[in-house]
Parts: sequence; C-alpha cells; structure tokens
Amino acid sequence: MLFRFIALNGVTIQRILSKNYCSKVPSKPVSTVQNDDKNKICIDPSTITLLERLSLVKYDTPKGIKVLEDSITFANKILHINTDNIEPLYTTLENENLNLRPDKITQGNCQKDILKNATVKEDDYFVAPTGNIPLLEIENKELPLKATNKNEN
Amino acid sequence: MNKLSSYTIKEIHRAYRDKILTPTSFVDLCLQKAIQSIELNAFTTITDDEAESHAIESEKRLYVDRKPKTLDGITIGIKDNFCTSNIPTTCGSEMLKNFVPTYNATVYARLRKAGACLVGKCNLDEFAMGSGTVDSIFGPTRNPWQYERNNWKIAGGSSGGSAVAVTTGSCVAAIGSDTGGSTRNPAALCGVVGLKPSYGLVSRYGLIPLVNSMDVPGILTRDIDDCVAVLNSVAGPDDLDSTTIKRDYKPIEIQDIDMSSVKIGIPKEYHCEGMDREVINTWSYVSDILEKENCIVKQVSLPYSSVSIVVYSILNQCEVASNMARYDGIEYGLRTDETYSTEELYASTRLQGFSEVVRSRILTGNYFLLTRNYNKYFIKALKLRRLISDDFNKVFNGENKVDLLLTPTTLSDAPSYEDFSLKNNRDQCAFQDFCTQPANMAGIPAVSIPIRLSKNGLPLSLQLMGPMFSEELMLNVAKKIESIVKFPSFDNTTLADKFVKI
Repeated sequence: MLFRFIALNGVTIQRILSKNYCSKVPSKPVSTVQNDDKNKICIDPSTITLLERLSLVKYDTPKGIKVLEDSITFANKILHINTDNIEPLYTTLENENLNLRPDKITQGNCQKDILKNATVKEDDYFVAPTGNIPLLEIENKELPLKATNKNEN
Repeated sequence: MNKLSSYTIKEIHRAYRDKILTPTSFVDLCLQKAIQSIELNAFTTITDDEAESHAIESEKRLYVDRKPKTLDGITIGIKDNFCTSNIPTTCGSEMLKNFVPTYNATVYARLRKAGACLVGKCNLDEFAMGSGTVDSIFGPTRNPWQYERNNWKIAGGSSGGSAVAVTTGSCVAAIGSDTGGSTRNPAALCGVVGLKPSYGLVSRYGLIPLVNSMDVPGILTRDIDDCVAVLNSVAGPDDLDSTTIKRDYKPIEIQDIDMSSVKIGIPKEYHCEGMDREVINTWSYVSDILEKENCIVKQVSLPYSSVSIVVYSILNQCEVASNMARYDGIEYGLRTDETYSTEELYASTRLQGFSEVVRSRILTGNYFLLTRNYNKYFIKALKLRRLISDDFNKVFNGENKVDLLLTPTTLSDAPSYEDFSLKNNRDQCAFQDFCTQPANMAGIPAVSIPIRLSKNGLPLSLQLMGPMFSEELMLNVAKKIESIVKFPSFDNTTLADKFVKI
C-alpha cells in the first residue's frame, strides 16, 4: 500500500514538474536528412527510346521527358545517405512464415469467366495480332522527332 | 427523418429493433443522400438495385428469421479499385472502364456476409495514384465542407470518393485503400475517421494492386465505434491472400482504458517545413489533452521518416512499372483497333488507356529498374525502407519506448481545387503524404481522427500510429480522444438545400 502511494506520488510530481505541456510538440520545423541538391538530370534520346520499348508506352512529348527528369532529380535526394551493411526490406512480414496449403485443386472450371472481359475472342481463345515484331516502326518514325524535342529543351 | 443518416451502427440497429426504421427505408434514405450530393462526384457507380435487394435480405433476417447479422442493413461504399462481381470496377481509368469482375474482393465478400448493403462504388485517383481524387476519368470528387459550386475544396485522396460518401451520409462506412496515406488523407480533409490496418491483417484479395508490399484496405466511418465494427467483420486470415497473417483474429473491443498506463510519443521530425500553424496548434492541443488524461507524453525521434516520401516515390514507380504490365488489351480492359503487331496493340492500348500520370510513373519506374540503375535506386530505396522501419522498431521496443505515436495527418486543411491543381501529381503527393507514408513503409497501423475545424471552417485531423497489430490499444485511445474533442461532424441534413438542382 505504502509502495503504491509512493509510486503514484512519484508520477504526480513528475507531471507537475513538466506542466508546460506544449513543449512536446516542436515549435520549429525539424530539418531532414535529405539532400536538396538540384543538379539537373538530362536523359539522352536513346534511353528514352529504350524506356518506351520496355514500358510499351509512348512518352515522347517534351513535357513527358521533363516529368521523367524531375522524378529522377527528386529521387536523387536520398542517394547520399549511407546504407552500408543494411539489408533491403522487401516485405514487412519478413519474420512471418508463409502458410502452406494442401496440394489440392481449389479453383477451375471458370473458362467462361476468364474470357468474359476480353474484347476480341475466337471460339475459346484470346486473340492477338502477329507477335514478335518489335516496336521498330515507332522507333524509326520518332527518333528524329525526339532529337528535336531534346534540342528545344 | 434526415438526421437518421448520421446515426452510428449501434443507433441504426436499435432503430431497426424498435422499428423506427427498416433496412429498406434506411437504404432508400442513403440512396437519396447519394443523389442529392451527386454534384460532389463521390461515386463512379451508384448500385441502387443491389442496395435495395441487399436491404430486403437484411429485412428478412431481422424480422422473419430473427437472426440478424452484425452489419445487417448497414450501408457501405467500396472504392472502385476493389473487385465486385457483376458490378463495374474501373479504377477511375479508361483502361478498365469496361471491366466487370466475375469475383468479389475478400473485404467486400465479408461485408456482404455480415449483412452490409452496397450503395455504390467510390471515385478515386486513377489506379489510386494521387492524393486529391482529382485524376479520375469521372472527374474530381469535391469536398462537402464549405462547398461552393465555383470554389470548392479537394476531398483528398486517393480514396476521396469513399470519404465524401461517408461524410454526406450516403453510406455508414466505406472501404478505401491505403498505400501512402490514401485512406487517412481524405478522411482527414473530410472530417471522418480513416483507419489503415496493419499490413497482413486485412486481405488484399481483389484489391487491384498499386504497391503490393504496402497496399492495405482502409476503413472510413463517421466514428471509432463504427470503424471497429467494420474492422471486426473484415479482418483475419484469408486463404486467397498469402500475405494475410494466418493467426485467428480476435475481435477488438472498445472499453474504458486506463490512460495513465499509455505512453505517447511525439515524433519531432513530423513537424516539417510547410506545415500549417493551425495544424501544429491542433497537434499541441491534443498532446496536452492526453497529458491531462494522465498519459505519459514525450518527444521521440524518427530521423529517417523525413525521406519516406522520396523512398516511396522510387518504390512506388518501380512497382507500378511492374504491376501495370498486365494491362495489354488482350484479356480484359481497353483494346484499341491496332492490328499491325502485338507490340503495337499493347503500346497504343496503353497510350490511350493510361493517363499521363500513370504513364510517367511506368516510364520512371522502368528507368530505376534498368540494370545500370537497379542498385543505385531500387535496392537503395529498399535499404532506406529498412532504416525507416527500424526507427519505428526503436521507438516501440527500445529503451524509453512508447506505445503509440501522435502526429498530424496532413500538413494543412483541405486546399482549394484551384491551388491544388497548380502542383504536379508528384509534388501533390510529396506534400500531402508526408506524415502518413512512413506507416506504410513499416506496415504498422495508423488511424486519422478529426479533431476540430480550422478558421476556414474545414476539418483538422491528427493521426495515431502503433506497432504491428496494436489496433486494439490504438483505437481505444482514438476513441478516448474522439470523446474529448467532440468534433462537430458535417451536418448532412442540409444537403438537399445545398444542392438544389437548377
């Protein structure tokens, strides 16, 4: 009982001493570890072409290239931080075991469902145009264009 | 009658038992709210047929079988990036405009199983990439607070439709998704509760992925009790999502807790450059309240949190580049008429189907993933992610540990659409997600609670974060804060007058 009283009192005294509540929230912005070095990034036309082929999207407007360059500049803010001997964190569940399920078929017979959302189909198949033709057309057509865009920048 | 649309789940169920209200009449009331506030653009689809048939089922269970379920007759909205069987699921994108899933996301399936009635699918930034709900093919969602037809505030995002649907009383609860703050941010700007559960607590099955290792379904409600009721019916292991924790879920109870045993940390780095004075004052105000409630409140440090946004921008774009590879026009979604080659079809479909924001994230992601950049950017970002996450481990488990962290949710109250549109998508997110993003890096739970109104008459909210799976303590403390600050909820009884059709 006596013990409890003292403990309680201890806490109370501590509280009274720190009555200045607002002090816990910092009154000024706290500086960050990121680097605000704004070195301009320039992406060459061949990289843009490569990225477009990898991404299978066209993105050759001057504005588009600027967005890409800005995003890289933004990312560069953290490159200076020391991460030696730090392991990458791929998932926050890295310490959890993955559940194993019995090796039994639980899904299937859903051909109709799977084909339902396809715009073009033939019998029970998805339909695609001829494959294995790289986006050469686009590349050839647009490389000179990209070069001019670059110059405008 | 109108006031009924701000009832809590408990009050609605009492009204059902006393027969002041029936599920069908309540669903009609909610649909009416959705129509009255149509100008706010909260919904991509209003599912009135489903809502009515769900209500009839609830009514039967309540009055004929006398075996009501936990959410019988409770109206819900679902963000339009969760699959709903036979109901369009668009992600706010041209790419999925014609997509009608053949299966239900687990969260929706569980809500239906608990008796909830679907009012509609909620608007979002395209593929949930944004923090304003301004980048959707259905147009922006508008904040109901201080609404004027020619001068309105953004709803926040990307789950802005879900937040507005709850605020206007079009539904009792809504499901959002949260990868960098997409549930908490619009909840904060619209003055409702927004919960981001621990990663692995709620199934992602049927949630169209953005960043797989950070995405979680979020919950938006008008108060903490409702939030707990919804969480209790959707949380727990799911065989269809291998990343859910396979331990049984113990339902959370809200009870009177001993606040003097709770230690609250104020992470100093969350006072960043550009944070509004009113937000800081609100933060101090609640920090003081907690001390008066005998909590132990102390300042802590999370130094790496400040780079969370930059690290996120790298990881997000890398995962987007990979996740968006599935949209090629062949199996589902938009398909252009291009017939020259498969590659041409893919490229033209993706050009037409994705907005500039999505395409630029894909392209930038592929840049970071190039062999020559992979270690420099992608692996570097993952290493920094560990440092960000370790900071949390230290404050929750190390010496001088705390149980919860209290921070602002957003840096200001809701900006006007005009001001917000001046910035590009990346800067919008960098600014608005500063306080919310770190929780996704570490997978920890966080909840945004509306506190009071700013001098502009707009909601100001704060965020609590806790260690993994500490939802019970976090929501109990949130409930305590809610009961003390008594936030003046949005008065949706005047909706009809506000949006009189011309």
